[in-house]
Amino acid sequence: MAMAADVPRGVALAGDRSHQANRLTSALLVVLFAAVLASLAIGASGTSLWTTLWDFLRGEDLSLRDRVVLWDIRLPRTLMGALVGAALAVSGAIMQGLFRNPLADPGLIGVSAGAGFGAIVAIVLGGLLPLALQDVLGYYLVPFAAFLGSWASTIILYRVSTRKGHTSVATMLLAGIALGALTGAISGLLVYIADDAQLRTLTFWGMGSIAGATWSKLFTAAPLMIVAFIAAPFVAKGLNGLALGEAAASHMGIAVQRTKNTAILAVAAAVGSAVAVSGGIGFVGIVVPHLLRLAVGPDHRYLLRNSALLGAALLLVADIISRVVIAPAELPIGIIMAVIGGPFFLWILLRRRGILDM
Amino acid sequence: MLRAENITVHFGPRTVLHDVSFDAKPGALTAIVGPNGSGKTTLLKAITGEASHDGQVMLNGQNAGSAKPWELAAIRGVLPQTTPLAFPFTVSEVVRLGLISGVTADQAEIIPAALSRVGLADYGARFYQELSGGEQQRVQLARVLAQVWEPISEVGPRWLFLDEPVSALDIAHQLQVMQIARDFADAGGGVVAVMHDLNLTAMFADQIALISDGRIIAQSTPDEILTNDLLSRAYNCAVQVNTPPSSGTYILPHMASMGVH
Repeated sequence: MAMAADVPRGVALAGDRSHQANRLTSALLVVLFAAVLASLAIGASGTSLWTTLWDFLRGEDLSLRDRVVLWDIRLPRTLMGALVGAALAVSGAIMQGLFRNPLADPGLIGVSAGAGFGAIVAIVLGGLLPLALQDVLGYYLVPFAAFLGSWASTIILYRVSTRKGHTSVATMLLAGIALGALTGAISGLLVYIADDAQLRTLTFWGMGSIAGATWSKLFTAAPLMIVAFIAAPFVAKGLNGLALGEAAASHMGIAVQRTKNTAILAVAAAVGSAVAVSGGIGFVGIVVPHLLRLAVGPDHRYLLRNSALLGAALLLVADIISRVVIAPAELPIGIIMAVIGGPFFLWILLRRRGILDM
Repeated sequence: MLRAENITVHFGPRTVLHDVSFDAKPGALTAIVGPNGSGKTTLLKAITGEASHDGQVMLNGQNAGSAKPWELAAIRGVLPQTTPLAFPFTVSEVVRLGLISGVTADQAEIIPAALSRVGLADYGARFYQELSGGEQQRVQLARVLAQVWEPISEVGPRWLFLDEPVSALDIAHQLQVMQIARDFADAGGGVVAVMHDLNLTAMFADQIALISDGRIIAQSTPDEILTNDLLSRAYNCAVQVNTPPSSGTYILPHMASMGVH
């Protein structure tokens, strides 16, 4: 890596990449800040808002139109994009550490499908809940159900694919396909029995986009995501230990079961809330951690926070592309990410063909 | 003091260890030897808590079965036969994993020291997955050594549990690794090693537990264990101790010593 030469010799330990990882964090903060500004400034409203944004940042009064565009449309959308991107990338990195495999992505192995299933159940059958409970849950019903769905599917996947602390990749991917098929079938059934109003909600929800972001949507999704972000640093050391297998991790002093439980909960919270508000955007969780491991190594203490920053920036860039490429219309962001992520995934497979035999 | 009492291990319907009792002292290298499938590794895994078992394991007067992982990690390191590694860590990063918890946490200077102890001083920046099997095994030993760097802690002796530590190594590195274990014991730590090679065992062990068919036949000094009678019984073939074969080539590790002459 180009950055390796910058590390002062004699100070750093050979093979220790923590300095580069820390530098990368600073660089990614700058990148993310730039992406946030670009996401606020660029859009389909006809004019570029760079000057308006500058005025806004300086605290000057804006025209009503500009204020609506910036404050009510672009700002929640930008924050949502950053949060969803960070949540998907962090959950990918945590899952890969938990399953000890770089291909474990929530979108690929059925965790997003599980979250979507939970969301659909909540939309179609939520009305059957006692009114008092509906009042308590309110807006949080869909994200919470998505969280439960992704939690259950992560636990099932881990149980099926892990024997004696060793995860079989083939079993994991196949179990993910089976789980996705099953939840897809039941979801289809639910769509079939849904009434017209529910169908409308389902359609909007399923578009897989952050275009419809509003402040209220943001506030329903944010708490669960923040839970995941708070939990992530606590599993970093444990995931490092788990890279050597569960027994070795335990011998190194890791509370393995607690690490696994926390990791699964964090993944479920992040994926559940991201899917609940964005309908599930693929490949962020596999592209981002993989690139970061190539650049500065697999140490989860740095990988998780760098994943959050790069994931947020990547999703914002993808969202900007989705806004401008066929402006004034918009492409769903899921398409942009699939165009980036599909070939990337194939590239990983080509580079490491032996990976499925692990 | 390590004391394992009445250890019984079942794998499904099969009983792999029958009511085995075993002990080891700090300051000594205790070897567990026996034929393939006799339960050597299983006994070590029961002692380290990896294999679920009946019976009790006491380590430094503490019940190992109920101690927290980080309490145990502070006083003992465990080297498995093989260690899979999921992600592309460098050698230094693997050794650093040994510092995750325990008293040596964040003493980064131990990393190069541990690597040079196993003869891999210049390997820090190499990728673990690109090393040979024997080199990987020595990196893992460096990781375990880093975890229990000082053989004696404030609360008592530290322990090394080694599962066939030399099986993947050439003769020079077999001697080197056994010498590391020997030095750890001489400095006051306890070493328990599952051994396949009876010659190396004879050279380095203070105590030998001979295990056959899931039972310990005898535990004592090398002189008393390495006899024609006991070994023949345990290995189920006529074993001759101290009698070089009358014809053919043989290698005697006793005649080798570290370094090039």
